[in-house]
Amino acid sequence: MADEQKPEAKSASPAATSGGKPPAAPKAPAVMAATPWESEITAMLKEHFGEQISEFSAYLGQNFAVARPDAVVPILEFLKLEADFDYLVDITAADYPQRPERFDLIYILYSFARNERVRVKTRVADGYRPQSAFPVHLTANWLEREVFDMFGIEFAGHPDLRRILMPEEWEGHPLRKDRGLTQMDDRWVKENLGIESGQ
Amino acid sequence: MAGTFLDSTELVLNMGPQHPSTHGVLRVILKLDGEKVTGTDCVVGYLHRGVEKIGENRTYQQFAPYVDRMDYVAAVSNGLGYCLAVEKLLNVEAPPRAQVVRVILTELNRIASHLIWLGTHALDIGAITPLFYVMREREEILDIYEKYCGARLTTHAFRIGGLQYELYEGFAREVKAACDFIAPKIDEYEQLLTGNRIWAGRLKGVGVLNAEDCKQYGVTGPMLRAAGVKWDLRKAQPYSGYEQYDFEIPVGENGDTFDRYLVRMEEMRQAIRIVRQAADRIPEGPIMGKVPKVIKPPVGEAYVSIEAPKGELGYFIVSDGSPRPYRVRVRPPSFINLQALDKMARGSLVADLVAIIGTIDIVLGEVDR
Repeated sequence: MADEQKPEAKSASPAATSGGKPPAAPKAPAVMAATPWESEITAMLKEHFGEQISEFSAYLGQNFAVARPDAVVPILEFLKLEADFDYLVDITAADYPQRPERFDLIYILYSFARNERVRVKTRVADGYRPQSAFPVHLTANWLEREVFDMFGIEFAGHPDLRRILMPEEWEGHPLRKDRGLTQMDDRWVKENLGIESGQ
Repeated sequence: MAGTFLDSTELVLNMGPQHPSTHGVLRVILKLDGEKVTGTDCVVGYLHRGVEKIGENRTYQQFAPYVDRMDYVAAVSNGLGYCLAVEKLLNVEAPPRAQVVRVILTELNRIASHLIWLGTHALDIGAITPLFYVMREREEILDIYEKYCGARLTTHAFRIGGLQYELYEGFAREVKAACDFIAPKIDEYEQLLTGNRIWAGRLKGVGVLNAEDCKQYGVTGPMLRAAGVKWDLRKAQPYSGYEQYDFEIPVGENGDTFDRYLVRMEEMRQAIRIVRQAADRIPEGPIMGKVPKVIKPPVGEAYVSIEAPKGELGYFIVSDGSPRPYRVRVRPPSFINLQALDKMARGSLVADLVAIIGTIDIVLGEVDR
């Protein structure tokens, strides 16, 4: 695959890209004032997954669990089969480049039967390949492709992991914090659009 | 090639991105066996503008007009979802007067969005006339927007915490007049289409997606309801005071293109019902809640979603306590509903594919963001 290059390679050769320097690394985030979350679901999850889930919290009335990355897909499956969380609303990520485990991966679930939402979050390092949720929820297909496209997180076992919004030969993953707002893949722009820069 | 003329081979055909019935720049690579679709691959992203990235580089207020540019035929809904998400992070609520006005404008927008869908969908099928009719009715709604906030399409009608503008003189009267004008027209469209044999023949049994598939693919909105699932965020998790209004959730039975058409037609009627109720009870009072000049939500994250005309439109915003969102994620209903195209299209004819693309009601600005 053309887009399988390492993100480090790009920061090492800044001449390949231009259009504004990458922004300075953002400050380490303060902590979210979350409160513990306890319910029948957390009891079930605790019993089944034990140490693999490190946190059950709620913020602004929205519940979430923080789990180890390898436990996420089993948790999604468990929630789907045992607790009716049959609708995967969204998969997304957030980038914290100053952290060793750089990405937050966020899975938003909804249960029609319970009329309830739950988020499952995990932290993964750059280069870690989390399991694809596709076998559990078909909708994960495009959602994971988008996360891969925007952040460069590769999902293991995904049936068709290609870029979805950016052109296939594009280099770099736009939503990483070390990509500047106007930074682009100049080589691609030159070759395909015949102009020096899109900016 | 060996064999007789009866042998067929698979043909790969490129549909779009410049194709009138792909509703913008959607490219679908089709695998065909004769006239039958055996597989599809959607190529999207032609309108990708990096909205989520822009959001991280703008303040909360600065980003608000950008969201209108995603689903541009339902810009008001986009704005409502965004405002609600930031308000959730700030833990403030818009005052009652603002909430009622929001409901009026959002429901009018639902009608406008469904009208555009109806016109273009009918045009795809071959019925040209409805397009002119729906544009005429939509004009009434756009005129109200223009009078209220100066813009017709990308309105930026709401502000975080409430509304920017006070209502103009005679707003409620004009809104009700628009409802009175549009309501009988919906019956007129139905007269043109519902009993029409060609219309029924082209839509019935085409692009079936049952309730189980809808849930698997995360399909929401009219498509889910047409499959018989009575689920609408306005009822399931009411926001902006929707619990105070009396309205029904229309559902279909077969989950085919025809049922989706019926569901959307009925949704327009229900939207008019909501608008009429709301226009009668616009309370007096302030239009802005207590929102600081510089919006710095406390560190945290929230996911807030609304029932947009296309389905569940969600915003997941992460705040790091600064005036700019650390991360804005938009959960676009069009993008996720479009994923089910392959499931619906397999085994259908190319001409049906046009009907199926139309029935998803995609806006490429939202798919690509």
